[in-house]
Amino acid sequence: MTVLRLEGISKRFGALQANDGISLELARGEVLALLGENGAGKSTLVSILFGHYVADAGQIEAFGRVLPPGDTRAALNAGIGMVHQHFTLADNLSVLDNVMLGTEPLWRPVSGRTAARTRLLATAAKFGLGVNPDARVGDLSVGERQRVEILKALVRGARVLILDEPTAVLTPQESESLFATLGQLVAEGLSVIFISHKLDEVLRVSHRIAVLRAGRLVATLPASGATKAQLAGLMVGREVAPATRVARPRGEIVCELRNAGVAAADRRDARPLLDGVNLAVHAGEVVAVAGVSGNGQQALAEVLCGLRTLSAGSLHVAGQTLAATPRAFIAAGVARVPEDRHAVGAIGDLAVWENAVLERYRSPAFARAGVVRRDAAQAHARRLVERFDVRGVEASGLGAPARRLSGGNLQKLILGRALLGDPGATQAPRLIVADQPTWGLDVGAVAYVHQQLFDACAAGAAVLLISEDLDEIFALADRIAVMHQGRLGAARPAAAWTLGEIGLAMTGHAGHAGEWESANAA
Amino acid sequence: MQLERRAEPSRALLVAAPFVAVVFTLLVSSLLVAWAGAPVGRAYALLLEGGFGSRFALTETLTRATPLMLTGLAAAVAFRARLFNIGAEGQLYLGALAAVAVGGLTGGTGLDVSPWLLMPAMLIAAMLAGALLLLGPALLKSRFGVDEVVTTLLANFIVLLFVSAMLDGPMKDPSAMGWPQSVALQDALQFDKLIERSRVHTGLLLALALAVGLWALLRFTTLGFEIRAVGANPRAAAFAGMAVTGTMVKVALLSGALAGLAGAVEVAGRTGYVTLDMSPGYGYGGIVIAMLAGLNPLAVVAAAVFVGGIQVGADSMSRAVAVPTYIADVIVAVALLAMLVATLLAQYRLRLTPRARSA
Repeated sequence: MTVLRLEGISKRFGALQANDGISLELARGEVLALLGENGAGKSTLVSILFGHYVADAGQIEAFGRVLPPGDTRAALNAGIGMVHQHFTLADNLSVLDNVMLGTEPLWRPVSGRTAARTRLLATAAKFGLGVNPDARVGDLSVGERQRVEILKALVRGARVLILDEPTAVLTPQESESLFATLGQLVAEGLSVIFISHKLDEVLRVSHRIAVLRAGRLVATLPASGATKAQLAGLMVGREVAPATRVARPRGEIVCELRNAGVAAADRRDARPLLDGVNLAVHAGEVVAVAGVSGNGQQALAEVLCGLRTLSAGSLHVAGQTLAATPRAFIAAGVARVPEDRHAVGAIGDLAVWENAVLERYRSPAFARAGVVRRDAAQAHARRLVERFDVRGVEASGLGAPARRLSGGNLQKLILGRALLGDPGATQAPRLIVADQPTWGLDVGAVAYVHQQLFDACAAGAAVLLISEDLDEIFALADRIAVMHQGRLGAARPAAAWTLGEIGLAMTGHAGHAGEWESANAA
Repeated sequence: MQLERRAEPSRALLVAAPFVAVVFTLLVSSLLVAWAGAPVGRAYALLLEGGFGSRFALTETLTRATPLMLTGLAAAVAFRARLFNIGAEGQLYLGALAAVAVGGLTGGTGLDVSPWLLMPAMLIAAMLAGALLLLGPALLKSRFGVDEVVTTLLANFIVLLFVSAMLDGPMKDPSAMGWPQSVALQDALQFDKLIERSRVHTGLLLALALAVGLWALLRFTTLGFEIRAVGANPRAAAFAGMAVTGTMVKVALLSGALAGLAGAVEVAGRTGYVTLDMSPGYGYGGIVIAMLAGLNPLAVVAAAVFVGGIQVGADSMSRAVAVPTYIADVIVAVALLAMLVATLLAQYRLRLTPRARSA
C-alpha cells in the first residue's frame, strides 16, 4: 500500500534548480533512503513534503489525499512527522513538556498532563523507546534527545517519519540503537524516509534507495544487491579518487599540550571546558580528536587557534609558549581551519581577494605605511585561487564578495589562505589545526581537502584534526584520541582502535587517560 | 510572499534604487501636502525653488549641508563598523562648547594666544570632546556588551543639560541680556566666507576634504580594511587576528571627532557662539544621511545636500503655501525608509507564492 506519493516536485531558488521533477512513492512499512551529496536537494525535498517550502510544481499525496502546499499543520495532521538534524527541543523543559509542547490549545483551562503522560509511556513501551518523562531535556545525551524527537512525532500520530541525517551526531552505539528502533517502527507498520549521505548505513537500514544528484532523481533501486561503489557512482556522477598519502616517518613534537585546562565561563557550571588535557602532535603525522560535539572540542580548537587562554597547564608550539592571540599563532606557522567557515572563517561581504589576505593584511608584503598594497594582495589572491582550485570567481573576478562562493570553494579559499602564508614565505606551516574541515562539503571537495592535509603532512607539518565524522577520522588519522566532557583520552594508533571502542570512549565508558605516557613513548 | 536573494544584484538596480526611493517619497509626501490643503504641484515647485532654485537658495542649502556632511560622515564611519552611534547630536554640542572654551573672547573663557595656534587648538579641542564622549559607550559595548544605541542616545540628553548649565553658568555671555548663550568666538577664529554675500563658509571645504579623506581611508588603508571587516563579521575578523576592540575604539574616536568637529564648524562658520538651539537635529540628520548614502563617504556629500535642500526649501514653501515645515522631516524620514526598502529589493527578489490554505 502506498502511503505517500510525490509527483513531479520542482523547486527553484534563484539560479539554482534545487528539485527538478522528482517523483517518489513510499510504501507502508518501508524504509526509503534518500541518498545524495550536500546540495543534491534532499533537504529541499523533505522541506516541501513537510510544508516548509512551497513547490514550484508538482503535488504530494498522503494516504490518498492531496496535501495543501506550504501547510505544516496539514502535513502533521496527515501523519507526517519530521526529526530534524538540529533538534527542536526546549532544553530547560522536561521530556513530557517537550512532547506536549504545541499540542494543547491555548484556551483550555486544564492541562491534560496525566493523559499525555500515559500516552507518552504507552508509545514509548510500544516502540521500545525507553525514556524518563520527567528528565530535563538539557541533561539528556544526544542519542536520548533524538529519541525524544522521535517520540514527539509518534505521540502526535505520525505514520510517516522523516529523519534528516539522524546519525550525524550519534556515536556508533547510539546509531545501532537507532537502527534497532527503525526496525521496530517498520514492524509496527510505519514508513520511514531516511536522509543520509553515508553509504554503509543506507545499505544497512533501508529497503529502497532513492539517489538524488543536482536536484534530479537519478535512480531508485532496492537496497539488497546494491553495492557501495555503485551508489557512490550514482551519487557523485563521476570518479572521485580518494586522497593518497606519501608515508613519512614522524618527526619531533610540534605541538604539545600538558595538563591543559580551561575553566567554564559560568562559575555555577562546575565542569571545566577542558580538564587536564595532554596531547603531543609530531611533525609528519595526523592526530585526530574524536568525540560527540559539545564535549570540549570547541574550547580545544580555540586554544589551538590562539583565541582562548589556558587557565591551567601549558601549550607549546615548536617549543615556544605563544601569546594567546591569532596573530602570534599565525606568525608561529600555525595554519588554522575553523569549524564554521561562513561565520568564522571568512567575511562574506568582503571581496574574495580581501579574504585571501585576511590573516596577513598587515605583513609588509601586503601593506606599506598603513596603506593596503592592492596589487600585491590581488596577485596573491590570484595565485591562491589557481593553486587551490577555487572555482566560481572567474565570472565576477576577485572583487566579488566571498559570499558568492559555494561552501567547498570557500573552504578551499580558507585552506589556501592558511597553507600558503606570505608570498615570500619559504617555510611551510608547522602545525595545521583543522576543525571539522569537510563538514557539509561534497565528495569532490572532501577528497580535495583531505589531499591537501596529506600533502602538507608529507611536507613536514603536524596535523591536528578535530572531527565528529568517524569515517573521516579513520581515513586520515595516524593516531586517534577521544574527547569526553572536557577530558582527552590517550592518542592511540588508529589501527589499535575499533569502531566499538571509540563509541564507548565517546560516551565516557572507557578511560584511556592512564595510557597517555605509554602511548606517547611509542 | 518570500524574499529571495538575487544571485547577482545588478549594478544598474543598485544605482537606480535611490532615485526610485526619492520618487516614491515625493508621491507619499504629496498626499500630506494635499491634505494640508495646498496645491501639490506648486508646493513641490516652491520647495525645489526654495532649496535649489536661486543663488540664495543654493548657498543656504550648502550652509545647512555643511554640518550635516560632518555628522553624516560620523554616522557613516561608525555604522560601517556596526558601532551604532546615535549620539552625534550630543557630540556636536560638546564640540561646539569645547571650541568656545578654547577660542572664546579673551576675558570670557578663551585663551590669549596667536590665532595660528588657537585655530588648530580649537578644532582639536572640539574633536577631542566629541571623541571622548563616544569612547565611553564604545568601551562599554566591547567590554561588557552594553548596547551603544541606548548609551549614546541617552548621553545626548545629559550633554544638552550640561550645555544648558554651562550657558547659564560659567560660559554665559554677560552681554547677552540674560539669553542663555555662550560668549562669542574671537573674530580671528571665525571662518572666512567662501561665497560673497552668503553664509557659505570655508567649513564646507573642510567637510568635503574630510569626505574624500574618509573614503580613501576606508578603501585604501589597513585601518579601513579593519573597520569594514569588523563591521561585516567581528568573529571572523577576530579569528583572522584583527584587534576588534582596538578597531572599535579607533572608530569611536574617529566618529566622535567628526561629530565634535561639526559643532566647532557651526560655531566658527555660522553662529559665532553656542546656543541651546544651534542644531536643528544635525546629529540625528547625520544618521539619516549616512543611511541614504549607503554608508559611502562620498555619497554622504550628496545626501547632505539633498537633505539640507529639502529643509531649506520646506521653510520657504511653508511661508508661501502654508504647509507646515514638518513636511521636510516627513520627506526625509520617508526617503530613508524608501531607500532602505529599495536597496533591499535591489538585492533581493520579491516572490509571490500562493497563500497556503488550511486543511
